[in-house]
Amino acid sequence: MKLDPRTPSGPIEKRWSTRKFDMKLVNPANRRKYTVIIVGTGLAGSSAAASLAELGYNVECFTFHESARRAHSIAAQGGINAAKNYVNDGDSVWRLFHDTIKGGDYRARESNVYRLAEVSGNIIDQCVAQGVPFAREYGGSLDTRSFGGAQLSRTFYARGQTGQQLLLGAYSALMRNVKNGSVKVHGRKEMLDIIVIDGRARGIVVRDLVTGEVTTHLANAVIMATGGYGNVFYLSTNAVASNVSGLMKAWRKGAYLANPCYTQIHPTCIPVSGDYQSKLTLMSESLRNDGRVWVPKKKGDGRSPELIPESERDYYLERMYPSFGNLVPRDVASRRAKEMCDLGLGVGKTGLSVYLDFGDSIKRLGQPVMAEKYGNLMDMYHEITNEDPYKQPMRIYPAVHYTMGGLWVDYHLQSSIPGLFVAGEANFSDHGANRLGASALMQGLADGYFVLPYTVGDYLADTKFEAVKADAPEVAAGAKEVRVGIDRLMNVNGKVPADDFHRRLGHVMWEKVGMAREKAGLETAISEIQTIRKDFWKDLKVSGSDKDLNQEVEKAGRVADFIDFGELLARDALHREESCGGHFRVEHQTEEGETRRDDQNYAYAAAWQYAGEGAAPLLNKDELSFEYDIPSNRNYK
Amino acid sequence: MDFKLRVWRQKNRGDKGRFETYEAKGISSEASVLEMLDVVNRGLVAVGKDAIAFDHDCREGICGSCGIVINGGVHGPFEHNTTCELRMRRFSDGDTITIEPFRVRAFPIIKDLVVDRTAFDRIMQAGGYVTVKTGQAPEANNIAVPKKIADEAMDAAQCVGCGACAATCPNGSAMLFVAAKVSQLALLPQGKAERKERVLSMVAQMDKEGFGACSNSYACEAKCPKSVSVSHIARMNREFLRAGFGS
Repeated sequence: MKLDPRTPSGPIEKRWSTRKFDMKLVNPANRRKYTVIIVGTGLAGSSAAASLAELGYNVECFTFHESARRAHSIAAQGGINAAKNYVNDGDSVWRLFHDTIKGGDYRARESNVYRLAEVSGNIIDQCVAQGVPFAREYGGSLDTRSFGGAQLSRTFYARGQTGQQLLLGAYSALMRNVKNGSVKVHGRKEMLDIIVIDGRARGIVVRDLVTGEVTTHLANAVIMATGGYGNVFYLSTNAVASNVSGLMKAWRKGAYLANPCYTQIHPTCIPVSGDYQSKLTLMSESLRNDGRVWVPKKKGDGRSPELIPESERDYYLERMYPSFGNLVPRDVASRRAKEMCDLGLGVGKTGLSVYLDFGDSIKRLGQPVMAEKYGNLMDMYHEITNEDPYKQPMRIYPAVHYTMGGLWVDYHLQSSIPGLFVAGEANFSDHGANRLGASALMQGLADGYFVLPYTVGDYLADTKFEAVKADAPEVAAGAKEVRVGIDRLMNVNGKVPADDFHRRLGHVMWEKVGMAREKAGLETAISEIQTIRKDFWKDLKVSGSDKDLNQEVEKAGRVADFIDFGELLARDALHREESCGGHFRVEHQTEEGETRRDDQNYAYAAAWQYAGEGAAPLLNKDELSFEYDIPSNRNYK
Repeated sequence: MDFKLRVWRQKNRGDKGRFETYEAKGISSEASVLEMLDVVNRGLVAVGKDAIAFDHDCREGICGSCGIVINGGVHGPFEHNTTCELRMRRFSDGDTITIEPFRVRAFPIIKDLVVDRTAFDRIMQAGGYVTVKTGQAPEANNIAVPKKIADEAMDAAQCVGCGACAATCPNGSAMLFVAAKVSQLALLPQGKAERKERVLSMVAQMDKEGFGACSNSYACEAKCPKSVSVSHIARMNREFLRAGFGS
């Protein structure tokens, strides 16, 4: 199929407003006749649900959580970018656009990114009006801080809990619309399939996680806001239940998956300490504003950090990147940390960590100021590691954090299935091969508050809908397929819990498809994943009943999808013979160890198409062109 | 470390429920309580037994999903943490640990350690918001909020909605949860227009859900993972009285 990204032409600063003007409108009185289903209630899902409900559409929201407020957006710490230029340091929509394109290593669409920068200011306005308690200056105006990949201060924040406050803002808007009857939220319901009729998304199949009942729900359009797939690595900073199943169900129904190999490894996480571990904890990147990253100059220096004099420390980021220093983008900081540890300079018991030292800042600002800025992070670190970061440097190591890839979408955020829209981390659209810090919250809310309310309306106005009966063959078949899938999991009846397969998969992914990838390793990974799949369908054990709240049933289904997805991710990484952003191919690097892009051959988004069970997926290329920001080598020196 | 666990098992809402005993062996002192339960569950599943059901997600103390009673203490015997943040090094090798769900009338048990806290959603629906539609917002810096006020609002807004306040309260009262939202929005200029209706309808919904009354024991503040202060309850009481006088 020829991919049509529907990107507008003309001057980039006019593209979004021109497109909005060209869109078809639904008469306010007719809007309630249209039902929109939204899967997921994080920043993107909740904001889209509230906004569409306010316009008058009939909205049905589904989440596997107990409450919309538990979605994983809640855990975002550092902040949200916006081109407000409140601090007079030269920010503008153009500069945010440029930083995002460059930060993404020239693998994102210019039109989308410009729109994102353009609406960034409106997001802050909206959130403030909702009562989000952003940090303030003494005079009462909004405070900002700087973040990796940017040389100015454009990140708005609410202590170390910005995601929580923004999500609670969107959630409060959602709750208000539940109260007035325009949205219904279905909690503890997991979407397990998409219903496609005459080529259009017309509904979903869900399983009630308390009773096990499988039901179908029909709509005029479906929005997926199901988050990212970082948990394919088993250990990541994602919440334990975050999964790729929504994406995989859509993929098998014909939506393309784009750039799955673009995964972001966050440089500042608490290092792995043992096998029992169920997740990794992020320490916000904002800490790099006041923390200095270093390792001892001497290999295997076993002294405790305070005994190592200044002259024997290597502040390697400041040394290698004098202009960005500790604030280089995430992919660069992560790769360099790994390199230091690979050279034997790592610290801690495992040698797999580097120091993030606040000593200088504590001396300069005092502990109370540091506590006000980062208190909750310091406490969290102390609680987890039993080490006090006010007294000794934090030990950090990179961990999987965010996934830039996702379902392919056009400029309208519509997938390759008409009527199926994708928002937030679940789509691939705005971050290219690497996301800048504090841009995930911005994108989720941009999609939900300011893009989908227009583009979904345009789709509804432009489409002639045939009524779908609840007993239509596609609907019955959808429910039946889901039932069969669950029975299949229940009936393997081996001896190994789903978690064990997930851990095995994660190990392969981290070792061979993680921070540094090479051809031979990727090929081995693919065959190892295939073995894991075989073992899974032979040895899986799901105890208990599927007619009941049973977290083993939920896990087994998610792990099955992670296995299939892991293989696709490895294939994508294998096919992309270049290094860019979060995708680092050992074969393609400069002499200084930086990424080497190949714009001649790989300036496209790889959109993978499902070709049937067991068949190799098909590659579709969505070519990227750059008119305003001409690709150059990313230089943070 | 090795532990003996007494865990509440209850098949569903209608079941009476009972304690069952399990061994947790070779647990890392750095593991969290939930990671210990993961280990126990792996053993149970491998021999075909039902895993212990418990709510959890972010495992870093912010999503508010987890919440169990450990040795009689909500989120465990210590103060100001969520269950997922509690590490086994806080216990002694060989301890017997009793694990049960939150016991609150307004939080019916769904299964084992999983309870239904959707009452909190309904309280939020009653008024825990500022009515501003998408697109209606004025320029952000037009609304000045003194730092002190913003900080205090943030102190309240940190609530993770875990329900520990209600679970630890002798009366099963949700005053701290409700007060945190009422107080946040009463402090901020954005919330002023609806402050009267907000406090009245949120309190009415709280009563309707079956939460008890506040008896000023302050147990909620002591347990709150985010240390939300009872001073917000005092502010809510003032808001409530003010609203009653119609001024």
